[in-house]
Amino acid sequence: MNPDIFTPRDTARPSFPGAVLAIIQKDLTAEFRSRELFSAMLVFSLLVIIIFNFALELDITVRKSVAAGVLWTTFAFAGTLGLNRSMAVEKDRGCMDGLLLAPVDRSAIFFGKAISNLVFMLIVEAIVLPVYALLYNEMRILQPGFLGVILLGSIGYIAVGTMLATMSVQTRMREILLPILLFPIAVPVLLAAVKVSGGLIAGAEWPEILTPLNILIVYDVVFVSIAYMVFDAVVEE
Amino acid sequence: MQSKPIALTVLDIVSVIVLGISTYLALVFAPTEAVMGDVQRVFYFHIGTAWTGLLGFIIASIAGIAYLVSKDMKWDRFGVAAVEVSTVFFFLTIVLGSIWARPAWNTWWTWDPRLTTAAITELIYVAYFMLRQGLDDPEKRARFGAVYTLLGGPSAILTFLVIRLFRSIHPVLTNAAEKAQETMGMTGNMKVAFFFALFAFTVIFIDLIWHRVRLGSLQEKVEQLKLNASS
Repeated sequence: MNPDIFTPRDTARPSFPGAVLAIIQKDLTAEFRSRELFSAMLVFSLLVIIIFNFALELDITVRKSVAAGVLWTTFAFAGTLGLNRSMAVEKDRGCMDGLLLAPVDRSAIFFGKAISNLVFMLIVEAIVLPVYALLYNEMRILQPGFLGVILLGSIGYIAVGTMLATMSVQTRMREILLPILLFPIAVPVLLAAVKVSGGLIAGAEWPEILTPLNILIVYDVVFVSIAYMVFDAVVEE
Repeated sequence: MQSKPIALTVLDIVSVIVLGISTYLALVFAPTEAVMGDVQRVFYFHIGTAWTGLLGFIIASIAGIAYLVSKDMKWDRFGVAAVEVSTVFFFLTIVLGSIWARPAWNTWWTWDPRLTTAAITELIYVAYFMLRQGLDDPEKRARFGAVYTLLGGPSAILTFLVIRLFRSIHPVLTNAAEKAQETMGMTGNMKVAFFFALFAFTVIFIDLIWHRVRLGSLQEKVEQLKLNASS
């Protein structure tokens, strides 16, 4: 990351990638100092997996068929935790207004927030997946294809989640509303992601997982572009 | 106070008449289906409400775009009207489908992709009302509502496409009806009842949306008068 971003050498508007990077850097620095969000998401994820363990009695036969579902449910729940927190921080201390006053494109704010949310989610996933693989002796979830699906699913989920979190923190119900808004909208992404990753664990043939994989990619593109186009409407005062 | 437009009154009467005719066509005129028997008659209304339900969700998305571009509150009223009527119609679709599924599939509900996506679409629009309820500022409510219907639109489209994308036990009706094995082969009289049900529910749908839009503008007028009176 370029450390020169913050130096006010010239008064010109920062470039689009520069603005996005600056917001990501801000979020990562704040998170690195407090580690609130990250530790909460990580501990929560591990707890959810443990709860699933005795709720579903994950013995060796059940495990194979539900692993994808358990993992995605965990990531979705942990994701809402992170999204809520990341937007609530901006709202509570009036940082959002500060961000909006910055002479940058509004969509740069969206991409900055979305990418830093994505980074948090990916870090949590990068820890939870090996732990799950170890605990349940399921090494197939560490194959490159599976990790690719995790990335694709997270992109779609975070794109629409960042948008909806920005909306929900402005309502009266605040944090409670985000999962209610997000889960039904994100279902196409989660459904497709579970199908593809479940197929990969079961060792399914390529044509079998191609349809859900296509749906996953299409929804990633659709959600990212809708969020990009309408983010303006969500933040304006 | 503007009185009810005559065209709307006429449309009310037409709606009641076409509903009556459609009921007659579905229950009496159409022949009994050979395999499923009389329960298949529920299908005519099932399709009618499903079609108008999904249509309304897509109309709401378009109204959402129109609102975001023009910032004109009339598009918001139109969008809310479409979502409200569609949510009720789509709920009816699910209930009617269940009534059919009990004898046909021997269960009220099954986690088939079609049924799952339909239930989720319904939940999206329930969440839509919760979102609107949580916002006091009418302008913000309209803006967020528009954004949310835009995000919901793709889900409504997926609901329609899902039986073609995933393996599903739900019968397919359109496209290549002759080739598909599980299609409902319809005789001439069935087709009459089917297309009339589509027409009838479209008329009823338009009538209800018109009423709801009118109610919305009257509500706004009352708010305005209250503000004027108190100031």
